[in-house]
Amino acid sequence: MITLEHVYFLTGAMFAVFALGRALDRRSARRWRSAAFWGTYALSFLAGSYLPDLLNGMILIVLVVLAASGLAAADDAAPVAERREAARRNGNRLFVPALAIPVVVLLLTVSAKHLHIGNAALVDPAHTTLVALAIAVLVALALGCALLRVPLLAPLREGRRLMEAVGWAAVLPQTLASLGALFAAAGVGRVVGALVTQAIPMTNGFIAVVTYTLGMAMFTVIMGNAFAAFPVMTAGIGLPLIVGRFGGDPVIMSAVGMLSGFCGTLMTPMAANFNIVPAALLELPDRNGVIKVQIPSAVLLLAANTALMAAFVFRR
Amino acid sequence: MLVLSGIAIVILGFALRLNPLVVVGVAGLVTGLAGGSSLTGVIETFGRAFAENRYVGIVWLVLPVIGLLERAGLRERVQALISTVHAITTARVLLGYLLLRQITSALGLNALFGQAQMVRPLIAPMAEAAEERRGPITAATRMEIRAYAAATDNIGLFFGEDVFIAIGSVLLMKGFLQQSGYVVAPIDLAFWAIPTAIAAFMIHGARLLLLERRLKRARALAR
Repeated sequence: MITLEHVYFLTGAMFAVFALGRALDRRSARRWRSAAFWGTYALSFLAGSYLPDLLNGMILIVLVVLAASGLAAADDAAPVAERREAARRNGNRLFVPALAIPVVVLLLTVSAKHLHIGNAALVDPAHTTLVALAIAVLVALALGCALLRVPLLAPLREGRRLMEAVGWAAVLPQTLASLGALFAAAGVGRVVGALVTQAIPMTNGFIAVVTYTLGMAMFTVIMGNAFAAFPVMTAGIGLPLIVGRFGGDPVIMSAVGMLSGFCGTLMTPMAANFNIVPAALLELPDRNGVIKVQIPSAVLLLAANTALMAAFVFRR
Repeated sequence: MLVLSGIAIVILGFALRLNPLVVVGVAGLVTGLAGGSSLTGVIETFGRAFAENRYVGIVWLVLPVIGLLERAGLRERVQALISTVHAITTARVLLGYLLLRQITSALGLNALFGQAQMVRPLIAPMAEAAEERRGPITAATRMEIRAYAAATDNIGLFFGEDVFIAIGSVLLMKGFLQQSGYVVAPIDLAFWAIPTAIAAFMIHGARLLLLERRLKRARALAR
């Protein structure tokens, strides 16, 4: 059976090659620091499941310190003229590997239930999409190398170039998710929920609805994740007030409440994988460039969600 | 109250534009200590969570493929193709992608597209080329179009996926309500995500059309 562990191993191997590539580049400044950073991240993927918690924590601290000390800049891309020439040569074959990724993911997710080796499932049913993504990448890579005439080491060199353009931001989403676990363990949610309910007098259903939707969005902005906000706001305001005191419908409240939280996700740098990483990936000079574009849509949608809940939650 | 100091550090750190990774690391240590753990206890909790969340980093596996294709001229090929289709505009590219992303996510295929595998190699170059075809564009305009491409992916994903009954957030809601004594069907939760999905398409779609109008005005002015 192909499990998440195999995918971690593949990812770790890739980062190890990136680290090696950087270490071997004698001309680059800060090459050892960068090589150490990607090497440490590789170690986390390769060995994270077997190391004691304390060592995994030390890995995280080493990554943070290396990131703070400054990493090497990414290599330059191949010159435009060279890429134009390659584009002319390769033509529409270029789209085959690119579209192979979604196609293979689709096929594997749909058919995973029916694929078996002996009695065991081919793909770990708990992590179908992640395993499917990894397989799709290998298929696309094979197609790319077969169809396109590029230097043999190009995928790894160009992959490292893109990864180094993203830089330490690559590790940020995972670190933020871990911060969420620390917040939960320390009981941050309970304290915030109690503060909000004390501060606002809940005299009618409309005020409760507005407090709930805005609270979902604001708490998501702080935590970077609507999943962390939902239990806190729903236990603090949603169930006792909207449903309990004012007789609202729990289904409408939850569904629209969660989507109000998603509006918060669009507005916060804490949701790094959606907001900060794409800015790095698209090489925007402003780290918050994506958030700035999203804020107007998010605010309007939050208003729409609040109106929707106020109009329907008490109708049933 | 002391456990909220981590939140204060995060807000302050982002406001002062310090390195976010450092801010988050410090906020985690402070929160854990304020919550009554020992230093090694905090590092252990942090480390365990970091290892458990490694699946977030799997998406980087696509970079060698994207890098290979870009080295082989994918962006330039996209530009050449777009320049031959007269009906294409930036807004139409992004509107089409918004709809596609919402529908596929609503069918549970939220991993089909994404920022690394779709926006960077295809959608952003298409949206840029659609505008570039009509004349030279400034660096600021190019960056704005890219930011809109990334935003379109996020909005399409967030306000499509909840229409699917087996997505994490729907299951989280069902589980939490059940714990609290309310038994609800995932299909009802998913149904009530539809009005917001439609509102998201209309609101963000309207903003894409406004972007188009701004681009057009800037073109007229440059002439």
